[in-house]
Amino acid sequence: MGPPTAQFRRVAARTGPAVTLRFDGVSIAATAGDSVLAALLQHGTLLRRLEFGAEPRAGFCLMGACQDCWVWSSAGGRIRACTTPVAEGMELFAMPQASFDRPAEESGRG
Amino acid sequence: MADPVIVGAGPAGIAAAEVLCAAGLRPILIDEGARAGGQGYRRPAESLALDMARLMGSEARKYAALHRRFEALLPRIDYRPGTLVWAIDGDTLHLLRDGRAETLCFDRLLIASGAMDRIAPLPGWTLPGVFTLGGAQVALKDQGCLIGSRVAFLGSSPLLALAAKQYREMGAEIAVIADTTALRAKAAALPALLHAPRTLARGLWYMAASLRAGTKMLHGAVPVAIEGSERVEALLLHDARGRERRFACDAVALGYGLKPETQLADLAGATFVYDADFRLFLPKIDGMGRARPGLYLAGDGVRIGGADAAEASGALAAHAILSDLGRPAEIAVTRRLARRVQRLRDFQRGLARAFAWPRAQIAALDDAVTLCRCENVTVGAVRASMARDLGPAEVNRVKAITRCGMGRCQGRVCGPALQELVAAECGGDGLAAGRLRGQAPVKPIALAAAMDGS
Repeated sequence: MGPPTAQFRRVAARTGPAVTLRFDGVSIAATAGDSVLAALLQHGTLLRRLEFGAEPRAGFCLMGACQDCWVWSSAGGRIRACTTPVAEGMELFAMPQASFDRPAEESGRG
Repeated sequence: MADPVIVGAGPAGIAAAEVLCAAGLRPILIDEGARAGGQGYRRPAESLALDMARLMGSEARKYAALHRRFEALLPRIDYRPGTLVWAIDGDTLHLLRDGRAETLCFDRLLIASGAMDRIAPLPGWTLPGVFTLGGAQVALKDQGCLIGSRVAFLGSSPLLALAAKQYREMGAEIAVIADTTALRAKAAALPALLHAPRTLARGLWYMAASLRAGTKMLHGAVPVAIEGSERVEALLLHDARGRERRFACDAVALGYGLKPETQLADLAGATFVYDADFRLFLPKIDGMGRARPGLYLAGDGVRIGGADAAEASGALAAHAILSDLGRPAEIAVTRRLARRVQRLRDFQRGLARAFAWPRAQIAALDDAVTLCRCENVTVGAVRASMARDLGPAEVNRVKAITRCGMGRCQGRVCGPALQELVAAECGGDGLAAGRLRGQAPVKPIALAAAMDGS
């Protein structure tokens, strides 16, 4: 296939206020109502790098069940990209950043 | 007396709320989703220019009717969208809404938690671009997006052909529809499928539409790998005659039918029984959906039956609540609903044979394949744990040793495949492999919120 550009392809237009977010320092244009996952995958092919071995991941179930689409947020902690709507000024990362002083841990392991 | 609580605003939950409202009650309807309809009848936001009537095809009328009925109900129910039930403790629900925790006590609880895809891993299935089959439909209905431009549909399910048809109509190229169940197994299951001739006809029609459109459709395919370095580049498989086939694609939709989301029923105290046809542990219910006093289960969250069965079983469980509250029984209505639910669920039992869960394929997986996406546990690690462990092979022991099923998804994705790997150690006996127990929180929540609520 061609060079990695975008995973998702929009086929139904969305109308609404323009929203800009940043992912790994790159500005991403989205529309209010887009999920973070849809916004990021219309501009790229990955959401995060796995804690084990840094392999790329881009979500899986898209319905809030598999928990494979969590991305790191500068606001602290992580957000589930498939069920979180985009918001203006969101600053997101594929990997935890050294500058995070106090990442809020989620529970749910056990 | 507290108002009855319904969890899940899909067809089952909405139909249940309708029956309770008609009897003068004001149910509390809790839904994790932001908009009612569940997964199948998911309603796109108004801002999305998506022709749902076209997308829903033969089910468009039911889809529109359900949402009209829900809107008529709204003033008469306590509807709480965007609310996660993350734990159930005795008669208390632990809720999370907008990051805030709260509790809710109940006398009568109806859980209609819906279903998700059942997944069999294969090499490369964690690559970006591989999504569940249900996820491929959610991307379209919820976000107006295709998961890729050239999509392969892999698994075993009548929904492969349905989703491929929707994708084709929205402009995707279909690389292949590869179904792992052989055509002769499908033919053998036909008599059981005559329980619901209309649904059967619809399924055949989707397949015919694929053939008419010139889509490559394989039955009895044996998946080899999803190939690619940083993303999906091709699907490699063997066809029914054993020939190697490689299909270039940039996305794969993967699904082997649906499995009920039973974690909440587990926490609410339901008893589980092994179902040898589906090879799943399912909550035990009576003919109306009672799991224990005060607990009712309906829809695909307890038995896969599809949207029509979900609606009927939701209404039926609501009648059970009314009858348990001492209201006069509506015997004729109840009987009709029970017959309908039974017929549609029998049909799904037939489908489970026509579209088989690939247990042999899972038992034969290479050691290097990732089994657990969350904790990055391989098939080999699971096998090694069973070889080392002195006790009998059992899923919860394997989970404790390997962390497979212990990650953020709580075994929702890897659970059925893990069960088959353990069953393979037990001579193929799924019952002996045991049941992955549900744990709170059923989904990850901030630790601070959990402290709030306790």
